[in-house]
Amino acid sequence: MSGKVMSVEEIVGSLRSGMTVGIGGWGSRRKPMALVRALCRSPLEDLTIVSYGGADVGLLCAHGKVRRVIAPFVTLDSIPLEPHFRAARQSGAVEFTEYDEGMFMFGLLAAAHRLPFLPTRAGLGSDVTRVNPGLRTVRSPYPDGEELIAVPALTMDAALVHLNRADHLGNAQYLGPDPYFDDLYAKAAERCYVSCERLVDTADLLKEGPLQSLLISRSMVTGVVETPGGAHFSTCEPDYGRDETFQRAYVAAAADPQAWKAFRERYLSGDETSYQEAVRQAREGA
Amino acid sequence: MTATRAEVCVVACAEAFRGDGEILAAGIGGAITMLAARLARLTFEPHLITHDGTCLLTGDVPPLGGTPGVVEGWLPLRDHLWLVLNGRRHVMLGASQLDRYGNSNISCIGDWARPRSQLLGVRGVPGNTVCGPTSYWIPKHSPRVFVPKVDMVSGVGHDRAAEAGPSAYRHHDLRRVVTDLAVLDFDTPDHSMRLASVHPGVTVAEVVERTGFRLAVPDTVPRTRLPTGEELRVLREVLDPGSLREREVPDPGPPGAPAAAAAPGPPGAASPRERGAPA
Repeated sequence: MSGKVMSVEEIVGSLRSGMTVGIGGWGSRRKPMALVRALCRSPLEDLTIVSYGGADVGLLCAHGKVRRVIAPFVTLDSIPLEPHFRAARQSGAVEFTEYDEGMFMFGLLAAAHRLPFLPTRAGLGSDVTRVNPGLRTVRSPYPDGEELIAVPALTMDAALVHLNRADHLGNAQYLGPDPYFDDLYAKAAERCYVSCERLVDTADLLKEGPLQSLLISRSMVTGVVETPGGAHFSTCEPDYGRDETFQRAYVAAAADPQAWKAFRERYLSGDETSYQEAVRQAREGA
Repeated sequence: MTATRAEVCVVACAEAFRGDGEILAAGIGGAITMLAARLARLTFEPHLITHDGTCLLTGDVPPLGGTPGVVEGWLPLRDHLWLVLNGRRHVMLGASQLDRYGNSNISCIGDWARPRSQLLGVRGVPGNTVCGPTSYWIPKHSPRVFVPKVDMVSGVGHDRAAEAGPSAYRHHDLRRVVTDLAVLDFDTPDHSMRLASVHPGVTVAEVVERTGFRLAVPDTVPRTRLPTGEELRVLREVLDPGSLREREVPDPGPPGAPAAAAAPGPPGAASPRERGAPA
């Protein structure tokens, strides 16, 4: 297919060191992991990552790609704590801008609407304002006179998202129970790249899901790539659930430098095709 | 029927939702809190709204881990975040640290700039605590959790809400803390934490000893109420036939008996729930 179809290498090759990159999904759910793995293989560094974080953040930290993380949490959901993010924080290897979940959404909404900020109550009274001294407040011009936090727009150079289906023009569809915030990432970024489980003809988009499942319009999409299993090991419902066995192995390997080296060797030393093959072998061996 | 400690805890958590009416009872601090919301709905607070732990509002009340037969609503994450700001939700949260004014921490241990232990991050707790009714569930009452000062204020307590001004305290509604030993509230002149009741088999001295700050203790401390026969039946036969509640809070047995071994929890985490749900 022509249109905007690219390879993961072409997508990552269009990015530059020092960029601010948004990553869709939530925790260990529908993360664009094939694109993240390609970022890990690339020479890019010094990135600012904007994410409701999971292993995307952890892997990029483990590969030394990250200067700053902007996030309200980093978690693997069924395993609460992300080991590589923890290590990076505890060693001081990355800077962190910590937001409340709702504040973070307002940052995406502001960017998507080309506003400099949006006001919110979330964060008032908490230490979020202490650790982010750059945050400003704004006073309501109306009679209530409320003083609220002005969440700055989370504008990104590029956003990476993974959806179930897309066409070659970049119209993208989610078939799972939750859109997360992927359309906001697409709207908040200068460029958005979509990876998907399966590329389909535009005429077939409504065969699997209702109108409301068409989450992202092609006008917001720069490039699209078909990466079956591209969210692995996070969820990509209904195509597949989280690979809990693999996720446990990932966390176990992170606890020890030798084990992590072996894990990287086995899964992350080659391209996406060899990753998927190694996962298939691990599953059959199990 | 004799209630176990876990069952006393579920009922004490369920009591937090009494009178809430037609709002979302969001038990996300563990199996006990999810059971509490469902038990309250099936017994004394029938208009409560409960969820499945991800994005379904359930029309019926399935057992823990079960699939609802009836779905009455859809609450994807962005609507959940909207609901937090809107306030029609009473959340029961976990915490790694909690101080006497109810400030909580789930972000990190040690200095934020270079933490000794990075935990989850603040999640949605800052917004939760200034926007609507909030309670806490602490499955292991200890001085490691109940500290004089939390390292990173994630959830906003009474003192910090007051200091931050009207926008912060207008909807601040911090209600109670339930632990494996006791129920605590903030019914004191300065809204500092008070021992409201001790669970059967627990002494006041034990609670005081396992709290790392000065707790307000009334002259007479009542005993936490026991589950009714009907509540026990619903819990055991309907909501939690697999006894997940007993894994979260092992029963200490009769006074003087050796305590059962506690199931190991994940480090720094308050509970074994699916942590993808918004805080």
